[in-house]
Amino acid sequence: MTITIYRARRILTMNPARPEATHVAVRDGRILGAGTLAELQGWGAHRLDERFADRVLMPGFVEGHSHLLEGTQWRFVYVGYFDREDPDGRVWPGARSIDAVVARLAEAARALPAPDAPLVAWGFDPIYFGGRRCERGDLDRVSDTRPVAVLHASMHIINANSPALARAGLLRADIDHPGVPLGADGLPTGELKGPDAMGALAPKVGFDRSVLAGDAQGLRAFARLCVRKGVTTATDLASPLPENAVAMMLEVTGEPDFPTRIVPLLRLQSQPVPDAIARVVALKARSTDRLRLGRLKAVLDGSIQGFSARLRWPGYFNGAPNGLWYLAPEQLQAAYVEALAHGVQVHTHTNGDEATEAALDALQAALARHPARDHRFTLQHCQLADAAQFRRIRALGACVNLFANHHFYWGDQHYQSTVGPERAERMNACATALASGVPLAIHSDAPVTPLGPLFTAWCAIERRTASGRVLGHAERIDRAAALRAITLGAAYTLGLDGEIGSIEAGKQADFAILADDPLEIAADRIREVRVDGVVQGGRVFLAADL
Amino acid sequence: MDAAAPLPVTIVGGYLGAGKTTLVNHLLRHPDGRRIAVLVNDFGDIAIDADLIDARDGDLIALAGGCVCCSFGSDLLGALERLAELPAPPERLLIETSGVALPGALARTLTLAPRARAAAIVVLADAETLEARLDDRYVGDTVRAQLAEADLVLLNKADLAGPAGIARSRLRLAALAPRARASPCVRAAVPAELVFGIDADGVATRAAPDDRPPFGGPRPAPASHAASAWFASISLELAPRVDVARLAAVLTAPAHGVLRAKGLLRDIDGTPVALQVVGARAEIVASGHADPDRGRLVCIGARGALDGAALRAAIAAAVRTA
Ligand SMILES: [Zn+2]
Repeated sequence: MTITIYRARRILTMNPARPEATHVAVRDGRILGAGTLAELQGWGAHRLDERFADRVLMPGFVEGHSHLLEGTQWRFVYVGYFDREDPDGRVWPGARSIDAVVARLAEAARALPAPDAPLVAWGFDPIYFGGRRCERGDLDRVSDTRPVAVLHASMHIINANSPALARAGLLRADIDHPGVPLGADGLPTGELKGPDAMGALAPKVGFDRSVLAGDAQGLRAFARLCVRKGVTTATDLASPLPENAVAMMLEVTGEPDFPTRIVPLLRLQSQPVPDAIARVVALKARSTDRLRLGRLKAVLDGSIQGFSARLRWPGYFNGAPNGLWYLAPEQLQAAYVEALAHGVQVHTHTNGDEATEAALDALQAALARHPARDHRFTLQHCQLADAAQFRRIRALGACVNLFANHHFYWGDQHYQSTVGPERAERMNACATALASGVPLAIHSDAPVTPLGPLFTAWCAIERRTASGRVLGHAERIDRAAALRAITLGAAYTLGLDGEIGSIEAGKQADFAILADDPLEIAADRIREVRVDGVVQGGRVFLAADL
Repeated sequence: MDAAAPLPVTIVGGYLGAGKTTLVNHLLRHPDGRRIAVLVNDFGDIAIDADLIDARDGDLIALAGGCVCCSFGSDLLGALERLAELPAPPERLLIETSGVALPGALARTLTLAPRARAAAIVVLADAETLEARLDDRYVGDTVRAQLAEADLVLLNKADLAGPAGIARSRLRLAALAPRARASPCVRAAVPAELVFGIDADGVATRAAPDDRPPFGGPRPAPASHAASAWFASISLELAPRVDVARLAAVLTAPAHGVLRAKGLLRDIDGTPVALQVVGARAEIVASGHADPDRGRLVCIGARGALDGAALRAAIAAAVRTA
């Protein structure tokens, strides 16, 4: 029953009744209260911990849309354009040209023992290389005997070299697939676009489903990244959650020094809806403090930059045909009905505004059958929703988790080719969501973009693209709103706002430890705020000690 | 069948509720001696009679008689590899797509698999609701795209749609899927040969050429949902040598009501060939089966639409023989 009172330079509580404090008292991993030392001493005998005396504490950040792959894929080589920190704190400098990518791959290849062991890399983004496409000849420069496969940052394309194509049986002239462009010689150029084409190669080079779904090593790496970014609760959105994966997660998150609360969602795919709901209900009962099971994710359409999102009229700016349904709207409605009947929360991936509209129709119909006052169904990404849709989202009691980071990485492409200037500026309309009274979270979709809620907040505040353009001044939100979105806002979408997301009596002792004050630093520098680590469930985890 | 030859695949598509699973269940109960494999998105709705199941191993169910049923989830190519590694690999493969998948896209994905090829795309449509689906604000374009790439469209639930409904569906189809050949059916009860193609035995066992109008004259009225109520076949004897390309053109033309055809014959230059027709798609491959004295041809069509006399006349008029 030891009470620890932490003194901090400043505690930003996100509790409007008591927005700031200097001290926070913790017992049994939970918060007794935040206030002055004098106020907190009333709880009785305590230990005063001064180690955060020159630090700023915030509620531990909540990442409402990430994937364990963010931890798993560091076993492969990072070749992204931007600098990126790995789970061990090493910052990998961006590879700014195809030559730089090839050089890094060649160096990594030299470290591999077997001459035919595949070399896999990720984070590749040739859109920054001036329209020059990567072809298999480029990667043959790394090795013309060893399979080399490079996953794009968007996760929608793989580039492969000739040995990798040969190993997958794809180095032939009779392939007729839109995701496999062919060169003048009739053979694949090495670019494999979309899940089908990628799926023909990925397992052959060791980038298979078990890696995507995560393993113990990847889960621990993911949690180390969370500590470095101030995240104390993070989602895995989503996986098929087979029994062995659940057992692994229960074991690893149960390790005494595991620093993160993980919220894995079950992905609704081809299994019958009642089976999926029954599985979610059964999993929910097995939740622990650090593994929160019992939510369902549905994916309704594809991605905007992959032109597979479902858009309403007038469709894609470059004239591309409309995207794909990954689930029929009526299947989604059936899932909603069943979920509401069993008290299961559903998070639905909608990228295009037509998918959003269909999800809202499905929700409206399902609610008519099973009225639910506090369902918190959440639209994930919901990138192209317009003002009328946000009003409807509000009316139906739903939440959104918008993809704020997207602007920085792909905003210029959206402006130029996918949806054009006007709709690019309204993408991820945080201000409209808030003005409409819609509960708002913002996310990284890590590893699609790097985990880092302060960066995500910066994206929502500034709305800058990689080229520096401000994409939609009117949709910028202020820093208080952005900081709320990465704490209480995200917690609300998970139904955990009574437990986490703010520093107040009764809640989990989850704090982000910051070396800079996000309210004092210039708003356009919030992404530079340094994170020392976290307190999670009353346990201190410093990045420096990982 | 040549072990190295790619496995011919029939893709069965169609929107939710069109009867894909009913068709799969029907075929698994009537495999007609073929060792077939069925790949489904999920076992969810597949109702395999328990007494048919030999063994079950995760996502693979082995059925009596050597047929298998396998769920592929999101990994079609992996499932194809698992099938190829079975002790007795299947002779025919049927892939049932999800209700929003585009069967044409799946056919293109099969070009990524070294040992399978799309042989036919069969798309089911619920004839009663087809028009509403085609005009649906969300899925209309998906349903249209599914049908546009079909070789055969099965207008299922024809009993519910009635002749007028079938006629309206045909009109819509003619506009949006001009390549597809359509036929009504009930409860997806269709001859297995229509889906998988007619094999050499199927040609040989139709002993006597049958050029009587198969749908004319009194017949015992079969139950209205039976395949025989909706489909008919005819068997023709041809000259020893036939211009196969011209023959294929006649059979693939919409006028004579041919949905499926198989010929074992000699081309005009004497080469023994097999001609396989599904809708507007014809395939001519070298074959050792052709009888030197005569060509044999079997055609399947919708009862009432397949016109043996007209077909015979068209062949006589257009196809050079020797
Ligand atoms: Zn995601």
